[in-house]
Amino acid sequence: MALLRAEQISKAYNGRTIIKNINIELNQGELVSLLGVSGSGKTTLFHVLSGLIAPEEGRVILREEDITRKPGKISYMLQKDLLLPHKKIIDNVSLPLVIGGMKRKEARKIAAPFFEEFGLAGTEYQYPVQLSGGMRQRAALLRTYLSSDYQSGGGVALLDEPFSALDTITKSAIHSWYLDVMSRIDLSTLFITHDIDEAILLSDRIYILNGKPGEIRDEIIIEERKPREKDFHLSDRFLDYKRRIIAKL
Amino acid sequence: MRKRLQNITANVPAAAALVLILLIWFGVSASGAVPGYMLPSPVDVGKVLVSDRSVIMMHAGVTLQEAFYGLCIGVVLAFLTATLMNAFLVINRALYPIMIITQTIPTIAIAPLLVLWMGFGMAPKIALVVITTFFPITVGLLDGYKSVDQDSRDLMRAMGASRMQIFTHLKFPAALPYFFAGLKISASYAVVGAVISEWLGGFEGLGVYMTRVKKAYAFDKMFAVIFLIVVISLLLMAVVNLLGKLCMPWERVAFREKRPQ
Repeated sequence: MALLRAEQISKAYNGRTIIKNINIELNQGELVSLLGVSGSGKTTLFHVLSGLIAPEEGRVILREEDITRKPGKISYMLQKDLLLPHKKIIDNVSLPLVIGGMKRKEARKIAAPFFEEFGLAGTEYQYPVQLSGGMRQRAALLRTYLSSDYQSGGGVALLDEPFSALDTITKSAIHSWYLDVMSRIDLSTLFITHDIDEAILLSDRIYILNGKPGEIRDEIIIEERKPREKDFHLSDRFLDYKRRIIAKL
Repeated sequence: MRKRLQNITANVPAAAALVLILLIWFGVSASGAVPGYMLPSPVDVGKVLVSDRSVIMMHAGVTLQEAFYGLCIGVVLAFLTATLMNAFLVINRALYPIMIITQTIPTIAIAPLLVLWMGFGMAPKIALVVITTFFPITVGLLDGYKSVDQDSRDLMRAMGASRMQIFTHLKFPAALPYFFAGLKISASYAVVGAVISEWLGGFEGLGVYMTRVKKAYAFDKMFAVIFLIVVISLLLMAVVNLLGKLCMPWERVAFREKRPQ
């Protein structure tokens, strides 16, 4: 049974349909990419999944519970890191716990051990402005992780182009780091990207969202086992996946 | 050490300009080009500040009290108004035009009316200070609340945050730099507002003292009071600056980080 299911989701703005009949699934521990060109409705779909907006049709099911239009059930990381400039990194990452009703001191205690895991050791009491772009993304990812239902091992996160603002070298480094950290934490992730290489490199499956209104055009399973070889992105298999995706876009 | 040296260097032009103005003032009054009773020398002004210090300080104490109470009430009112205007569109639509209209009424015109309605005590002075200080803080806070982008609000909502949590964790801290910018302007308006209202009716305060010495053509005393008002306003602004630094440590860090090394 899928951990998260979107059933027949359609959404329109001002009479214009943005996404139509979207059916997607996310299984426990999976990293699934949603790949599509700009304007295909990827972010709109994520807004529906996170409960920020209501769909015209369809529903969102998390662990067999209908969570349509119920924010706070799935953690969501938007394109920018959106770290609050007035809060120290430890308070930024533990913010979801405080929002959930925990005392700040207690939330800090819970967040602190994850700093090492996320490569953020030593930044706990710094402000976001003191961190590089890559480090800020890591902090935002840790916040997303803590905002998910991580304790039960069933955390679900939606990541909307989390690495798009990074330069190529930082992006490559953070990809390796991300795959490494994901192998150690149990976070089922739905990931928006318009970078084909990134999608192939990180995902277990890729949904291709295309057209106007946006519809799921195909689903591609990346058979390559994780952890993937270091030069996977240079292999023929990688190029085959890329060709298949380009043909569908 | 290097930072301190940079700070000192940055303040040199302002200090030099001030000294130059004082020297020109001193030169003009010493040359006799302008009669001493019309333009007393800086030395005469300094002497008055020393000889009349007890009277001037007594009046300054009253003015400071009026400015302080007025500013405090102005801050509270501005916070409540801006927060309500931000939270409820209908209140925003109702109050914004009235707020703008209040700012088009000249202070000098409203002060005698306040004296007429509230008497010659402290109340009309405080009321005028409230009117003058309320606007910059309200506008500052409104701009600050509006400065929060939709993505940050969406993120908080996706975390399940309530409206109150979005306000306390996101909107209010984002509005703080705007609040302090407004407060700095209001702090300088507060003293001037109190002095103007005293000028138009009252028994104590620097404004009352000024009207007395003006009638006696004691312009050295007049200059001494002007000097004191400038000093008090600058001190109040410095206090606001200090408060801002204490309340927003992240701003100092951001300034340090962005400065070229």
